[in-house]
Amino acid sequence: MSSIFRNINASLAGWRLIGTPFLFGFLLLVAPLFLMIALSFWTQDYLDLDRTPTLNNYRDIFSHPVYVLLIKRSVIISLIVTITTVLLAFPMAYYISFYGGRYKAIWLFLITIPFWTSYLLRIFLWKIILGYNGVVNSGLQSLNLIEEPLSFILYNANAVVIALAHAWAPFAILPIFVALERIDRSMLEAAKDLGDTAIRSFMRVTLPLAMPGIVSAALIVFIPTIGDYVTPRLVGGKDGLMVANMIQVQFSKANNAPLGAALAITSLLTVLLISLGFLFFNRRYLRKQSS
Amino acid sequence: MKKPPLLLFSFVIIYLVFLYAPIMLLPIFAFNDSSIIAFPLSGFTVDWFVGLMGENTLHRALKNSLIIAITAAVISTCFGILTARAMARHNFLGKRPSFGLIMAPLFLPEIIIGVALLIVLIQLGISLNIWTVILGHILICTPFSVSILYSAFNNMDKSIEEASLDLGETRFGTFRRVIFPLVKPGVIASLLICFTISLDEFVIAFFLTGVEPTLPVYIWAQLRFPSKLPSIMALGFILLLLSLILLAIFEYYRRRSETLIGNQPS
Repeated sequence: MSSIFRNINASLAGWRLIGTPFLFGFLLLVAPLFLMIALSFWTQDYLDLDRTPTLNNYRDIFSHPVYVLLIKRSVIISLIVTITTVLLAFPMAYYISFYGGRYKAIWLFLITIPFWTSYLLRIFLWKIILGYNGVVNSGLQSLNLIEEPLSFILYNANAVVIALAHAWAPFAILPIFVALERIDRSMLEAAKDLGDTAIRSFMRVTLPLAMPGIVSAALIVFIPTIGDYVTPRLVGGKDGLMVANMIQVQFSKANNAPLGAALAITSLLTVLLISLGFLFFNRRYLRKQSS
Repeated sequence: MKKPPLLLFSFVIIYLVFLYAPIMLLPIFAFNDSSIIAFPLSGFTVDWFVGLMGENTLHRALKNSLIIAITAAVISTCFGILTARAMARHNFLGKRPSFGLIMAPLFLPEIIIGVALLIVLIQLGISLNIWTVILGHILICTPFSVSILYSAFNNMDKSIEEASLDLGETRFGTFRRVIFPLVKPGVIASLLICFTISLDEFVIAFFLTGVEPTLPVYIWAQLRFPSKLPSIMALGFILLLLSLILLAIFEYYRRRSETLIGNQPS
């Protein structure tokens, strides 16, 4: 009996602290998300909302090629961004962890500095770098490497990928670095002593042990990028627009909030499904490695 | 220290150039004497900085952003203290789900948070103003505050607290005179980070701001006008310097926090 009371008392002590932030999060995140789900089943009737539940918004999304295309494109761009960012981040994190020595903190600091510039301006500056008269083109032209400015690097999906792979770099480097730091270096020596080549010990020891970091890096990049609004608008051109741009249009110019909500829900569910699938396959990979 | 393979080292250098490429352009075009943002450069000027002084809309946006960032930083840090303390010291029913809920904004696309809040505010008939932006910013800043403060609370030696209580100090007195001084550097670090995040946040502010723009919303509006770009570069450069100063102070307090709780600063 007394242990139950102690549990209740301990619970109360914890809840006294966490109660307020929890309530705030509940009222401003959970409740709004539920309302958004409800709204996605309603219909906009000029200035009024028709609250009869209907699947029409979702039917609209899946019957109009433009919505399906935008969601598909957003998923594909986010996936490419995730793969690029993680592939580029891994060697950097590896270098800091294995060769950083006394300067690890300085290296990490060096990596985060560029990300304290205004996000809008960072993305906008890519426009200046990649543009028709931009840094890349005028540089290549003055070196006589190209005659005509390259046009495939701005106002399309490529530019979105470059700008996002840049914007999310530290979010990928840091978790991978943390995972690499946790690896017991004597395991690598053991692998070497037992005759594994450098590549084999990397594949069989380092990579599986770094996997938790790679997974969190991938998810931390993938989930938010699918809803990026600024980058597609600034550097994506017409063919690089993503679903967030369409959601914004529905809430403003198109004045169809229910459809916007349905679009938001559909993309969120798509992201969640892909992330869960990714986690599932990763668990199977790690199990296979350890057996 | 081992010497890195040449291939890896060259990659690291190229990657650093990639990371720094955009911000290197900021000072170049902020001081460039031409209203067109392109190479070749034409000369040195500080006109763009001088021009910023007369922009009244900019001053209003800056004032709004400062009010929002300071309020959001203070409230998020209070939430961060409460959450970190509960997570580090207490076992209670629903610990993991409530923690997950508080940290969730870190993993959600910002547009989802912005849209969801917008829907609620419209349904409740609340008009958009800087307070609605503050609500959204508290939501996204709290997870950062929690992750900074959690290690401060978790690594603190429990026996110091117990000693204080045994010696007759009240719970509140113990918090004020023993716990708080130990986590203070972490609190300052959290305030700085939340302030910086809020000051730079665009998407949520874009959805939740009414007629009063925040600084990023102002910048966004200016980006459409090519003639405004050089002064925006100058503004961006000032903001960059400001964030670097804040970041240096943050780093100082983070290290202090690690030393105070007995960790080797990393």
